[in-house]
Amino acid sequence: MNVIMDQEQVRRAVIRIAHEILERNKGVKDVCLVGIRTRGAVLAARLREAIRQIEGVDIPAGVLDINLYRDDLAIISKQPVIRETLIDFDVTDQKLVLVDDVLYTGRTIRAALDALADLGRPACIQLAVLVDRGHRELPIRADFVGKNIPTAKDQEVKVVLAESDQGPDSVVVQGGAA
Amino acid sequence: MSEWKHKHLLDLQDTTRGDIELILETARSFKEVSSREIKKVPALRGKTVAMLFAEPSTRTRVSFELAAKRLSADTLTIQAAVSSLAKGETLLDTALNVEAMNVDLVVVRHQASGAPQILANGTKMSVVNAGDGCRSHPTQALLDIFTIHEKLGRTDGVRVAIVGDIMHSRVARSNISGLIKMGASVVVCGPSTLLPVGIEQMGVESTTDITKALKGADVVMALRMQKERQQDSFLPSIAEYVREFCITPERLKLANHKALVMHPGPTNRGIEIAAEVADGPQSVILEQVTNGIAVRMAVLYLLLGRRAE
Repeated sequence: MNVIMDQEQVRRAVIRIAHEILERNKGVKDVCLVGIRTRGAVLAARLREAIRQIEGVDIPAGVLDINLYRDDLAIISKQPVIRETLIDFDVTDQKLVLVDDVLYTGRTIRAALDALADLGRPACIQLAVLVDRGHRELPIRADFVGKNIPTAKDQEVKVVLAESDQGPDSVVVQGGAA
Repeated sequence: MSEWKHKHLLDLQDTTRGDIELILETARSFKEVSSREIKKVPALRGKTVAMLFAEPSTRTRVSFELAAKRLSADTLTIQAAVSSLAKGETLLDTALNVEAMNVDLVVVRHQASGAPQILANGTKMSVVNAGDGCRSHPTQALLDIFTIHEKLGRTDGVRVAIVGDIMHSRVARSNISGLIKMGASVVVCGPSTLLPVGIEQMGVESTTDITKALKGADVVMALRMQKERQQDSFLPSIAEYVREFCITPERLKLANHKALVMHPGPTNRGIEIAAEVADGPQSVILEQVTNGIAVRMAVLYLLLGRRAE
């Protein structure tokens, strides 16, 4: 077991990403956050709070459940529980920042992009992740990354966030041949 | 939350409270899908759902069809009157032919109790019961339970009065079965000729006294007078039924303040329910219809949205 990020490092990464989002978009105009259930939604809420502290503005934040858009529904044996998508703003012509905890194969993001396309036509979609662990299977990249972690495919990246999991924030790499 | 383990949905008696809660939770997410501009998700892309209806139905058939379509499944409808069933083919033979066309799930309605079970035993398809005889109509009960939970925020301790032709009502039987699992208490009420003997064994109260039934009710569910199932004369006259049992504005006052008024449809206005009540502020009859799609999407998704074994 290898601790990659502790509570402080997660906190700083979130604040840095918040600054980068503001810098890239030249402020908060039309910027909306969309967190992918479950931990992406937690991170989106934290980013929203960080942006409020920096700019003094509350930007819209929604929660996306991508399970209905997965490409492996017919293959996986354990069926995911479908939870509500809670996006109470019109995404059309907005600059959406999609938020997730770990970027890996890119298939979750592909599903999220399809889900967002069914909700409207955003001006653009950017991607923010806490961890990029590599091994992409689709042509997808993140715009904002908390930390790049080289991993082997047989390893597991475990993200713990206080709001959704037991215990303090951390990112841990487990398992693998080495 | 429990994991879904069933291949078919034939009767709520085969399900647990955990199963019902999972369906309700899943249905809540699907309700949001139906409120979107683009009312479609790709979850069941490539699946085929057949509607096999040997009995007339508008609401249930259309509801299942929309539910399947909003999940991106392909649908086809076979109605008895205009199919080979009218030429003497048995239901099972029709179903086997449908299966031979690689259909994944069949939604069946039939006047004979137990018909869906025959299809479940005789074919490899998933089977959803959309009403069999006087026995069972699980998705109607599920959408009723969903609506009660949505409106009242709970089902535990809720008192539900089901009024009318209990004898011939599969809706009543499925509701009793589901509501009791969900912690509600149920009282059934109607003329003694339409109250099945031994219904108390399902865990409900039974009375011919409408005042007693409505008093303290949080939900008043009126059932349709099923003239097509009453070959024998169960009632002296419809007028007498109306006088004794019709849910009128005056009678509704016996129930709890803001009690929900429900009806599975189609309604016979002025017979089992007064028009002012059906259209009144306490009525959730049309919301039941809206919720029906979400609940049926949940059922189809849970039955089809995983790897075949």
